[in-house]
Order: sequence, then C-alpha cells, then structure tokens
Amino acid sequence: MASEQHIAIASDADIVVARQATRALTVELGFSSSDQAGVATAVSEIARNIVEYAQSGEIVIRVALNGGHRGIVVVARDTGPGIDDVEIAMGDGYTTGRGLGLGLPGARRLMDEFDIVSKVGKGTTVTMKKWVR
Amino acid sequence: MQVPILKQRHYLIASIQGALTDADLLRLCDDLLEQVGKFRSQGVVIDVTVLDVMDSFATRTLRSISQMLKLRGAGTVIVGIQPDVAFAMIQLGLRLEGAVTALDLEEGIAFLDKGKKEGQRTWPVSST
Repeated sequence: MASEQHIAIASDADIVVARQATRALTVELGFSSSDQAGVATAVSEIARNIVEYAQSGEIVIRVALNGGHRGIVVVARDTGPGIDDVEIAMGDGYTTGRGLGLGLPGARRLMDEFDIVSKVGKGTTVTMKKWVR
Repeated sequence: MQVPILKQRHYLIASIQGALTDADLLRLCDDLLEQVGKFRSQGVVIDVTVLDVMDSFATRTLRSISQMLKLRGAGTVIVGIQPDVAFAMIQLGLRLEGAVTALDLEEGIAFLDKGKKEGQRTWPVSST
C-alpha cells in the first residue's frame, strides 16, 4: 500500500483521477461499499471546489491509523482566493460558483472528521477522515 | 469517454460505459438534445448502472438533461442508480427531484411505453 498519494488537480479529468484513486484505497482498506461510494463522492466535491475556485491544487490521500482503527485521510490543498467566511461556506446551499452549494457541507456529512482552514488570498486546506467500521 | 447513444424504436438509450468527466456529461447533454430532434425520439433512457459516484455536478447535469429533453418533447428516465450511490447522494444532500428514475433498462422502457400508450405528454418533470 503506497504510503501517500499526491494527485494534482487542475481540470475536470483530474477530479475523476482523484476519486478513482480514493475508491481504490478505500477498497484496499476494507471499507463497506456504501462508505467507499461516500468517501469517493466527498473527494469529488472538494476536488471540484479546487478546479472551480482555485483553478489548481492537490489532493493527498493516505492511510490513517488510530490505535486499532484504520481509515483514510484526505487533504485537499490549494493556493486559491481562500474563503472569506468559512462558517457561511459550510452552510447548505451557499455558493458563489455554479454549483448547488452542497460541496463542503455535503462532504462533511459523508466523512467522520472534517476540518477546513482558509485564508483570503492564501488558499484553502480541507482535511477529512473516514474510519473503517 | 463518450457515451454511446443507441436508437431503439422511438427511444434513445444512452448507456454510460465508465467514469465520466464533467466535459463528458456536458457532451452527453448536447448529443441527446441533438439526436432527439434528428430521430424524432419520444423518450430517452440514461443508464447509469456503471457509475460508482454521482456527485453534485453529475446529478445537476442529469436533472438539466431531463428538463431540456422535456422541452424538446421527450420523456427521460434515469435507470440503474446503484444502492451505494443512492446512499451517498442522499447524505450529500442531492436530490434528482423532477427526473424520473427506474430500477433498470427494462423498467425504464416500460415506463416510456406506458406514457406513450396513454398519450401522455405531461412527463412528471417538476420545476426544481
């Protein structure tokens, strides 16, 4: 199992690469099929946010270990415009783009842990985890 | 990956073969709009059985396709959404509301046949 995979995100084709790599790792880790779909969907949403708002960035996926628990860590980083008010951006239906405004709050619902750090003019980093049940 | 569109009687069947990029989905939309006119099709079935992820973009595009095709006089049925995909879509907060769904291709065709027999032209596509 590769310890860490970096996937450069700059186009819609990269979104597909990111979710396929995620799916493969969740299969390897033994996630249930519905959690596999959930994690891949969450990655698809945050990868799309990178393409839409920051134009480019990267997604890093790796295995998470916590005692006897195994899981997946997904880190999405960009150096885009950043988010002015993270709390508002985490609300359902809020969007400044073309989407439905479900990306961030939806990804949070699909994952077990979700953290977002954003600085206007500097970029955004989303870190999310899901544990194998 | 381009989605092949087959003509079967009065219907078009778009059978997705693998993972689609956003651009592929938009092309599917253009292709269906064009071919529905060209073949005077009365219904379209979009088979998404192989998709293991339907994110917000895919959902929104399929919903738009179904609404646009309605304006062209054709009903659309989306078939084959997998149970795990349905689960993830609902958790994400996605709704395909407005679009007709059916279990598989057979059920999808049966739905279109029923609408045709009854002379139904008011496909249940809502405004959302």
